[in-house]
Amino acid sequence: MTVLELLLLAAGGAAGLSLLARREGRLGQVGTPLLFGALVLAAWQIACVEFEIPRVLLPAPSAVAAAIVRSLPILAADFMQTVAHAVLIGWLLGSGAGLLAAVALDRSAFLRRGVLPLGSLVSAMPIVGIAPIMVMWFGFDWQSKAAVIVVMTFFPMLVNATAGLEATGTMERDLMHSYGAGYWQTLLKLRLPYALPFVFNALKLNSTLALIGGIVAEFFGTPIVGMGFRISTEVARMNLDVVWAEITMAAVVGSASFAALALVERAVTFWHPSFRA
Amino acid sequence: MQAAPPAPTAAAPVVRARNLSLVFDADGQKTVALSDVSLDIAGGSFVSLIGPSGCGKTTLLRAIADLERPTSGSLVVNGLSPEQARRNRAYGYVFQAPALYPWRSVERNVMLPLEIMGMPPEERRRRAERYLDLVGLREFRRRFPWQLSGGMQQRVSIARALSFEPALLLMDEPFGALDEITRDGLNLHLHRLWRSTGMTVIFVTHSIPEAVYLSSRIVVMSPRPGKVVEIIDVDLPGERELDVRETPAFLAVAHRVREALRAGHSYD
Amino acid sequence: MTRWGRAVLPLAVVLVVVIAVWYAGAAWLNFDVTANLAEDDATTWEILQGTMSQDRPLLPAPHQLVAELFSSVFEHPIDSPKSLIYHASVTAFAAFLGFLIALALGIGLAIGIVHVRTLDRSLMLWIIASQTIPVLAIAPMVVVVLGNIGFTGLLPKSLIAGYLSFFPIVTGMVKGLRSPDPMQRDLMRTYSASGLHLFTMLRWPASMSFLLPSLKVAATLALVGAIVAELPTGAQAGLGARLLSGSYYGQTLQIWAALFMASFLALLAIGVVDLFRLVLIRRRGGRL
Repeated sequence: MTVLELLLLAAGGAAGLSLLARREGRLGQVGTPLLFGALVLAAWQIACVEFEIPRVLLPAPSAVAAAIVRSLPILAADFMQTVAHAVLIGWLLGSGAGLLAAVALDRSAFLRRGVLPLGSLVSAMPIVGIAPIMVMWFGFDWQSKAAVIVVMTFFPMLVNATAGLEATGTMERDLMHSYGAGYWQTLLKLRLPYALPFVFNALKLNSTLALIGGIVAEFFGTPIVGMGFRISTEVARMNLDVVWAEITMAAVVGSASFAALALVERAVTFWHPSFRA
Repeated sequence: MQAAPPAPTAAAPVVRARNLSLVFDADGQKTVALSDVSLDIAGGSFVSLIGPSGCGKTTLLRAIADLERPTSGSLVVNGLSPEQARRNRAYGYVFQAPALYPWRSVERNVMLPLEIMGMPPEERRRRAERYLDLVGLREFRRRFPWQLSGGMQQRVSIARALSFEPALLLMDEPFGALDEITRDGLNLHLHRLWRSTGMTVIFVTHSIPEAVYLSSRIVVMSPRPGKVVEIIDVDLPGERELDVRETPAFLAVAHRVREALRAGHSYD
Repeated sequence: MTRWGRAVLPLAVVLVVVIAVWYAGAAWLNFDVTANLAEDDATTWEILQGTMSQDRPLLPAPHQLVAELFSSVFEHPIDSPKSLIYHASVTAFAAFLGFLIALALGIGLAIGIVHVRTLDRSLMLWIIASQTIPVLAIAPMVVVVLGNIGFTGLLPKSLIAGYLSFFPIVTGMVKGLRSPDPMQRDLMRTYSASGLHLFTMLRWPASMSFLLPSLKVAATLALVGAIVAELPTGAQAGLGARLLSGSYYGQTLQIWAALFMASFLALLAIGVVDLFRLVLIRRRGGRL
């Protein structure tokens, strides 16, 4: 390909994007980003082939695709280690404990005022750094990664769920009061449903945090399997196509779990204003 | 700043609409907001547009302000197209809500149009002071919008619309969200303001007493499609106090407006 | 109760409880190791005392950590590799540089997205989607690849820090620039205001209350990015390097000290953003 041909290709892509972007409805809304993604992939592929970019710098998308197919068993093993064990279990335990703690703290305004500022503080800290400590406590296997994730996901859930439990309006609470409803009845029938959108927000945020925690914690040491382990060792061995395959899997897992949570949220909190068209 | 438009002569109306129609097209769903509206608004008059919701009164006002494009018919503002009139900054607009910018103090909200129009800072300060004085909020000029009550905020937005001294004031249900007592006070205020400045006011409302009290003319509109049912001249003394609302003459006009509104409703 | 008492007393009580649990945890976790090292006739009390002063404890006691922090911060010249301040400044500088790059690019791209429909439609979906993806996973690759073509040290770290903090800045800024309601925009139209006026007098000031919270997120992400970027090449300086070498050699005190320093940097960054927020709030009469 000549430079002229490449320029023509780029100009054509830009023109196509701007034409598509002006279209109303689904075609413009979904088509434009998809075309953009396709163009980026094409540019990447052409650049790698035409300019002979070495594989140790940037493998072509075709090479990454080949690596995905070739190393499916490895990817599956890494998925089982990192996602199915560390991330899933850590996410469930951390979010669940955060929710329980929020309900427990709900009865004491004094404790809430003491714990919440601390909780927001801890949420803002670089918690992945505790990975080496967790390795000392829980060993090299997935348990230590799950422990990191528990700590990472606990506080966002605590802070969000507490805000959710406080989201009920005085009018609704007065209504329950007028029925002579007790604390637990009010909690179950009114305040927990009201808190659900907040809880789902935390669950979605936590799913991303958990994946980050699971992968990065493995950079600090792990048995010879796992997504983070694979990324760090294959980088060192210059097998960048395998690294990109792992990154692709991480991206797919991240957006798929986010989308799945969003679907569940929609089904459970369909009454919330943000879902009423 | 552009040159001021030539002052309309007594004969030429400030706003002239002929067979005006406006159709909203949202995803193929057509809504006729205005149908065949013809209307003249004379300089110096106070004209109310009244009707139930969906009658197109706000749409008509927004068309005059060049915030909506008519589908057909002709619309002339100050002898110009609405767009040219807007570019000449021919009118001040008061919205349903105060629409103040919360990061600007009361004074700087009033100065906003003056900054945009490139007025020197000295003049800006002078005008802000004068018009805040006019709406009785001078001592609140350093406050911020949220520190004021709803009625006070709407007075600030009126001062803002007056600050560049337009000859035409467009008001879209400015007092609709306020309680009745505040509203009475602002009606009295607005009436005196109009009397003292001699400007033209076009005022959208759905309150009959408010329309009768304020207006020299009332345009009654009906919905689906929005059109003019009747134009009623208000024969009340020029200078009005709030208790004019209990006189037989006032009640007679209010009755005519109510009848016209009912007639507009009867066939839907 | 006074406001001071309402805010501080609960926090103080919770902190005291945390420290008490910490001491108990240190005694419990370090007990076996201490017992193995102790003389055969050591009493339980002597072993318990020993758990508070292990060289490589599973969980250092709070006072050990304070002592370690004190000595590594104050007892070495700040340009010595033994000084924690030296390592913290290496990481903080990389994070700060990356944050600045992300700020400039993020605000620039947000302005483009708000004004150019093609950019909006092409990019926004990907930018939002990227927040659900563990982008930190690319850090080792970026560091190694850049290292292969001759860029080491500051640049790769700043790039990763900037890449991470870029996304919250763009999404926050796009939301903020779009936050003015139709009425506020119509108002500008009735003044026949120019696009520049619309931007400087409405969109920009309205965006600030959206930008500042995302800056807090971005600042902490930049810090995490800089720390993680120090892991793959076995960097010699920086908090990430301290964490890694601490974990290689079982230097728990060193790990904990580095963690606390990282948390302190995160607080510092959030504090600086908050300071900006306070200045802005003061100028706006008490509300953002």
